[in-house]
Amino acid sequence: MLLRHTPKEISERKALMINPAKTCQPIGAMYAALGIHGCLPHSHGSQGCCAYHRSTLTRHYKEPISAATSSFTEGSSVFGGQANLLQAINTIFTVYDPEIIAIHTTCLSETIGDDLPQILKKSKDEANTPEGKMVIGAPTPSYVGSHVTGFSNMVKAMADMAVPATKKNGKVNVIPGWVEPCDMEEIKRLAAMVGVDITLFPDTSGVLNGPLSGEYTMFPKGGTTVAELQGCGAAIGTLALGEWCSADAARLLDTKHKVPCRVLDMPFGLKATDRFIDALRTVGGTSVPEEISDERGQLVDMISDMHQYFYHKKVALVGDPDQLIAMTEFLVSIDMCPIHIVTGTPGKKFEKRIKEITKDVPFPVNVKAWGDMFLLHQWIKNEPVDLLIGNTYCKYIARDEDLPLVRWGFPILDRQGHQYFPTVGYKGGLRILEKILSALLDRTDRDAPEEKFELVF
Amino acid sequence: MRKVAIYGKGGIGKSTTTQNTVAGLAEMGRKVMVVGCDPKADSTRLLLGGLAQKSVLDTLREEGEDVELDDIRKPGYGNTWCVESGGPEPGVGCAGRGIITSINMLESLGAYEASEGLDYAFYDVLGDVVCGGFAMPIRDGKAEEIYIVCSGEMMAMYAANNICKGIMKFAQSGRVRLGGLICNSRNVDNEKEMIVELAKKIGTQMIYFVPRHNDVQRAEINRKTVIEWNPEVSQADEYRGLAKAIDQNTNFVIPRPLEMEELEKLLMDYGLMEA
Repeated sequence: MLLRHTPKEISERKALMINPAKTCQPIGAMYAALGIHGCLPHSHGSQGCCAYHRSTLTRHYKEPISAATSSFTEGSSVFGGQANLLQAINTIFTVYDPEIIAIHTTCLSETIGDDLPQILKKSKDEANTPEGKMVIGAPTPSYVGSHVTGFSNMVKAMADMAVPATKKNGKVNVIPGWVEPCDMEEIKRLAAMVGVDITLFPDTSGVLNGPLSGEYTMFPKGGTTVAELQGCGAAIGTLALGEWCSADAARLLDTKHKVPCRVLDMPFGLKATDRFIDALRTVGGTSVPEEISDERGQLVDMISDMHQYFYHKKVALVGDPDQLIAMTEFLVSIDMCPIHIVTGTPGKKFEKRIKEITKDVPFPVNVKAWGDMFLLHQWIKNEPVDLLIGNTYCKYIARDEDLPLVRWGFPILDRQGHQYFPTVGYKGGLRILEKILSALLDRTDRDAPEEKFELVF
Repeated sequence: MRKVAIYGKGGIGKSTTTQNTVAGLAEMGRKVMVVGCDPKADSTRLLLGGLAQKSVLDTLREEGEDVELDDIRKPGYGNTWCVESGGPEPGVGCAGRGIITSINMLESLGAYEASEGLDYAFYDVLGDVVCGGFAMPIRDGKAEEIYIVCSGEMMAMYAANNICKGIMKFAQSGRVRLGGLICNSRNVDNEKEMIVELAKKIGTQMIYFVPRHNDVQRAEINRKTVIEWNPEVSQADEYRGLAKAIDQNTNFVIPRPLEMEELEKLLMDYGLMEA
């Protein structure tokens, strides 16, 4: 009972967050930056920030995460970090020779008012950046928003690399949002099957799910190239997956380069994947091949075969807004009942959207943006659930309340597979159902009396 | 050791008044350290005979954290110690953090130790207490007595009142107290009476009325305090008087800042409305 102090009775809290369902902005920015080919993320702040952000990503992706830091001292926080950053840019290009440096700020550098665009301009004017190399930057103070905000800010900075285009190149930008490297690969596979030539950014496939070859390469072969990002402005359209993660970047391309955008949900589950495939088909002017229809059919088959085990099972969910919206819709569509839903990221739109999706759920539904896991736990104590879906931190609640847990989201620190087996698309839907069923049926087996211990489900 | 902070509206003459008063105290045989808390680093110019001081933060930047006390303080007129906190150039970095850093550094280097034999430490602080850094000198365990330099001009009185709000906040949780208002005259009508009344309403005293005199400017041009420049002039006696008043002061209070209407009424009652 590691969370034994959690009381059932819920009292209003104004200033206190307990077991937050979010983390620092720069973690998101760093993850997004790793989706650029040959990119070294750089943390403009003190060393501890950078160390924490790297280690969190390493623990989740089980890959070495390289990132540089401005290494603020007492002096830098008084005089500003410009000198450190200029020196850092110089050192990084000299020693590590990346194609691009993606700088994100920290609470400290934001609070003392370091002006990133001004410093980057100075760096450029003083030829601190070698010819053909790039430096981009995104503001990421952690006291605003969450890791999702940081991710979105960096993706926006990537979109800002697009150069003015005189004629369209026929490609479609797809902004996948914060999904696993294998999910990004899956999105590319689906687009190729539909016959649409896409630029996916960020793209961490081949970066954070690479093979162990015995040779260390600082910059793995994956990632969206600088040239591809610069070409984004010539695309015929942008599909942004997830309002929180991807919409800002898509809208920037729309306003600056007149690339029309559509903001969709992340393609988790049947309906959201349907909409994604349909949007791909429409924007690319192609038709959906039979192979994709077959994959869809397999997912529908699994749903109908196992429907009785899903029906009216209550679920508690915690995670990031874009993922939760799609997941909630998926669960509702298979007659499961998501009744407690928490995200640590702020946004009233989230609560509104979840309420819309769950309006026909035959139980009262609790939803909170800018919430925490303590509240989720309290809700569960008051209205127990059959299943918990969330990141690794959920294991404390699962253990205390004796609940089956499906690990899904960020971070997953204690299990494997999330980097390799996608949960987007129809195949990903199958994977989600497989995990849910295993969790539920393992529990049924564990608790079944001898005379009810079934061989076949 | 008595730790004194001087606050007041920007341009009111805090640095000039502080240094001239410190010269008076030094003449009385007191051992004084002046800590300038203004990024412009001009709080010890008259005592040192020019802007000869390398600031704490400059030293920190150049030498790293391996700084010694003698790197950052210089002997000035009358056996005083002069320290400039310094700070970033305008528009970058964080001056507030700079003050926190330099005061912490002075403490850790032992500048306030009994072995230094100081009778007084004076903090000369930037005009407005715009953030936590500029309130550093009045945090608990730092300066214990505050004097506010003001004049009979509306904005100076308004600033003084505002500073009292800050002092009140810190006084409630610590030992910092207001020692009085120093009127640095601007030759405003009824100035003395008005400041006496303002002080009374706030719950303190006007500890001294410093008349306006061009000898102050003459001394400044010569990079000297009045007492050093010409100990015979009448203005030198005024600063001696202020130094004596501070030295003998026992009136330390938690101020009661006025409401805006009260402050305006005071100005009306004394027959002017300069702003």
